[in-house]
Amino acid sequence: MANFEKANSFNQWMDQRLGVNTIKKVMQTEYWIPKNINFLWAMGMILAATFGLLLISGIFLLMYYKPDVNLAFDSVNYIIMSEVGYGWLWRHVHGVAASVVFLVIYIHMFTGIYYGSYKKGRELIWLSGMLLFVTFSAEAFSGYMLPWGQMSYWAGMVITNLFSGGSLEAYGLVEWIRGDYVPGDAFLTRFFMLHVLLLPLAIIGLIVLHFGTLRLPHVNNQDGEEIDYEEAAELYKSGNHKDSKVIPFSPVFLSKDIFVMGVYFILFFYLVFYNFQFAMDPVNFDPADGLKTPAHIYPEWYFLWSYEILRPFSKDLGLVAFGIAQVIFFALPFLDRSPNVAPASKRGLFHIWFWLMLLDILVLTFMGKLPPTDALFANIGLVAALTFFALWIALPIITKLEKKL
Amino acid sequence: MSSRRDFMGYALGGFTAVGGIAALYAMKRSWDPLPSVKAAGFTTIDVSSAQPNVLNVEKWRGKPIFVLKKTADMKADDRDVIVGSDRFHVSIGLCTHLGCIPAYKPDDHKFLCACHGGEFDASGHEIFGPPPSPLEIPPFRVDGTTIVLGEAGPDFKKMLDAGLTV
Repeated sequence: MANFEKANSFNQWMDQRLGVNTIKKVMQTEYWIPKNINFLWAMGMILAATFGLLLISGIFLLMYYKPDVNLAFDSVNYIIMSEVGYGWLWRHVHGVAASVVFLVIYIHMFTGIYYGSYKKGRELIWLSGMLLFVTFSAEAFSGYMLPWGQMSYWAGMVITNLFSGGSLEAYGLVEWIRGDYVPGDAFLTRFFMLHVLLLPLAIIGLIVLHFGTLRLPHVNNQDGEEIDYEEAAELYKSGNHKDSKVIPFSPVFLSKDIFVMGVYFILFFYLVFYNFQFAMDPVNFDPADGLKTPAHIYPEWYFLWSYEILRPFSKDLGLVAFGIAQVIFFALPFLDRSPNVAPASKRGLFHIWFWLMLLDILVLTFMGKLPPTDALFANIGLVAALTFFALWIALPIITKLEKKL
Repeated sequence: MSSRRDFMGYALGGFTAVGGIAALYAMKRSWDPLPSVKAAGFTTIDVSSAQPNVLNVEKWRGKPIFVLKKTADMKADDRDVIVGSDRFHVSIGLCTHLGCIPAYKPDDHKFLCACHGGEFDASGHEIFGPPPSPLEIPPFRVDGTTIVLGEAGPDFKKMLDAGLTV
């Protein structure tokens, strides 16, 4: 039995038993954040808060949703939307957050790419972040199945068909994933399970890992400057806040985060209350029908760029291209051969590479939304898809040539 | 001493691995299509009243089935299903690219897929766009004026042997 002295306060009582003061120091008051950052550094906490909103709204949707092909559509579109008090609120929060969270994820990713926050000790931050991106994508896809409208059904059909592997014709695998010859009841209930349990568990675990990978290398700053954290921390703790290059995560950095979050939530709830339609595809308000394909099947906007990489090629080549596009961002820390951790604007050719990549993803996104019939747009899509791969091939070469700063 | 510990470690690890593999097998089997799903497999289509160049869409194992009676001037094909003196195009109505349902254009005698622009002729051969192979022919058996889907009759086996479908 360890020796416990009588505690004089609740805090001391908790500290004796749980080490709460140490936890608080490590994770908050002595977790140092550089001062030289901007609002883009708030995206992480915005994502955490948005995930929180998805979780809360999801819990309330879960109380009335019925994962059954005969009941699902009405449980969402009639019971939750018309009968449940404020059911529409949870649905619109959930739908808008699921869409907006990808916008913030992309901003977060491109911020990391711009400032070189994925190398020299920060590789695991990038890799765990990419795992989060993939898990979020799976979470978004499985959630999109649940209202069991036309887009749910046909997106489910098309995406599960990808697993046939083109000429491999692995239809057994596709049927195994679906539990049926076509998306049906077994398919809906298992994607329901994935959406409400397995994938959220994985996401929560990965968020903890993502935060963990950040703790030792610390967040990057606007100039990629290497900071002597011990020296800066001593200066801050001695009361010289002005000359220290760092601030504690909580309460100082967090209060700045919360300001940015405030601006974000004004926009977010504007969308939820006045402009939620963008997250609610009208085609998905028709119940699923396995004998009628919608005129034009397209994914939600955040998958359009990779969908457009699938489209312009023949089936097998398209699948290979699509597969590579899904995972190539994982390789970023290893394909960037330059030792420089600096904003792209100071990195010569990489600066051009960054903006070309961002532009290319935008072009792919816009082309992916258009019907496949127009030859001009199909060709633009093809060029953009080829540019995507050319940029990745060029990356190790141009970063190898980069001058050390 | 250490070898005894090693033994305990290997024994524990071995049993855990066996249990783990068994559990994985159970998980794999739980994701398999149910027997009731697999058994609901036969559809009988009566084609005696079919109109030429009008597409009928039937349902077999949850999938749409195209049944198209060919007119005399439409090109005959080895993939045609012959019922009496009529030629029919019978196929699973899912684009072989990614599984959307192509629409039939009676004037052009072709199927057009809206998803990625693939086209098939009236015999199900891919003629434009991303589809890598012809529309698939479901296992069938001709019985008088009906076609039974889900059962591989002699005509289907001949097509299969000739590599005309998968």
